[in-house]
Amino acid sequence: MQALVSLVDVDKWHGPMQVLHRISLTVAPHERVVICGPSGSGKSTLLRCINGLDRHDAGRVVVDGTELAGRASVAAIRREVGMVFQSFNLFPHLTVLENCTLAPISVRRASEGEARDLAIRHLDEVRMAAHASKYPSQLSGGEQQRVAIARALCMRPKVMLFDEPTSALDPEMIKEVLDILVGLAGSGMTMICVTHEMGFARRVADRVIFMDGGSIVEQGTPSQTFDAPQTDRLKAFLGRVLPSRAL
Amino acid sequence: MATDGKRYFRQQVWVTWIFLAALLACGCWELHLDFAYVAQKLPFLLGVRRAPDGFLQGAALTLFVTAVACVFALGVALVTAMGRLSRNPIAFAFATFYASLFRGTPLLVQVLIIYLALPQLGIVLGALTSGLLALSLNYGAYLAETIRSGVMAVPAVQREAALALGLSPWVTTSRVVAPQALRLIIPPAGALVVSMLKDSSLVSIMGLWELNFLAQSYARTSFHYMEMLLAAALIYWVLSIVFEIVQARLERRFGRGVALLAKG
Repeated sequence: MQALVSLVDVDKWHGPMQVLHRISLTVAPHERVVICGPSGSGKSTLLRCINGLDRHDAGRVVVDGTELAGRASVAAIRREVGMVFQSFNLFPHLTVLENCTLAPISVRRASEGEARDLAIRHLDEVRMAAHASKYPSQLSGGEQQRVAIARALCMRPKVMLFDEPTSALDPEMIKEVLDILVGLAGSGMTMICVTHEMGFARRVADRVIFMDGGSIVEQGTPSQTFDAPQTDRLKAFLGRVLPSRAL
Repeated sequence: MATDGKRYFRQQVWVTWIFLAALLACGCWELHLDFAYVAQKLPFLLGVRRAPDGFLQGAALTLFVTAVACVFALGVALVTAMGRLSRNPIAFAFATFYASLFRGTPLLVQVLIIYLALPQLGIVLGALTSGLLALSLNYGAYLAETIRSGVMAVPAVQREAALALGLSPWVTTSRVVAPQALRLIIPPAGALVVSMLKDSSLVSIMGLWELNFLAQSYARTSFHYMEMLLAAALIYWVLSIVFEIVQARLERRFGRGVALLAKG
């Protein structure tokens, strides 16, 4: 099967610091990939290189057959790639509904009615349809993140990137967002998710990628990576994030 | 309870304002001013009547100068702010040089240079043109700084979120960044407009028949300085209050989403 996302020997520098070292990764349609690793390991940068928020300095990034190079390809790829941020980043001056309809109307040229129907459908999926006319500041963090997921889905992306979607949430709100992500995974959406939620990774991931120091150190199925880590670095990392193996 | 407290506070503010206004009015009354003369000149001061040359005069001219200079200042300010935010060193240098020059010299000197000194180089501009030019360039420099700081205050992640959704740079700027920046820009920009309204009196030195000029010339011929200058001050004050009300409306309009948070 053709890869939906493929990175070949991607390097990324932030000034004098190399943050990605020859990253190669392919993600097949409907595959669910979880990326974990200590902070500063390049997980977020890797995600941001996929939709061109960060420009890679060497190597190739190909999404759905389009190579990321130049302005037109960035625009084309961003139409197919949804992204959810740690800090939600809803537009505070727009209502929940307007947050969801802005991109479909202005990028996909959807009519207002179409965009509204689509938005209501996806807001319903994240159980936020009742809040459509509210402003983000009136919502809890978990609710905002669910709207952010719906907003990305309204563009009908082929792949969704999640950058630590629950890290900024209070514990009681983490579950409501993870439940949505589990549902989305069940629907067959291709997902690449940076997260420290190992229980979630076990439930939904087809593959877990462990990054450290800007490189992919180890990857495999959740049980391979979590139960039988091969490298000392992964063992040390799991020892820190999983005090009990109960997860 | 909280709203009761708020209502009480506002009531007290109104009562005190009315008391102070009455006190001021009584004070003026006690001066035994020639109110008939004020009433006679008021249509001219307000600019309800046209000047002998058929052009605007008085407060009407003041408003006209302010409005036109605001439009030009906004244009200049937008270009300058873009230069200030630009990564191009030459655009940045042009913008900062201009802003520094016009913020670092008095408006009055700028007016005089444009009106009195430029003719020495063969550039002769009319009084109105000179006044508009000086006000636009001076306020453009200040407004540019206001716009720049407003745009900078919008979190960078807002732009990223918009770009990640596939929005074009133009839509990102116009629909996501600009409305959020405007909320921050409107209060200081409104203060600049009020300030410009008052500074437009400087163009009177070039013989433009605006509010301050008329008040002074009527005062000089009739020796009713107190009457004419108080009347002019009152008109400026009323106009400023109207501008401030408009500004408050705009603030509410662009504060949607944020104001809700403050109310809880």
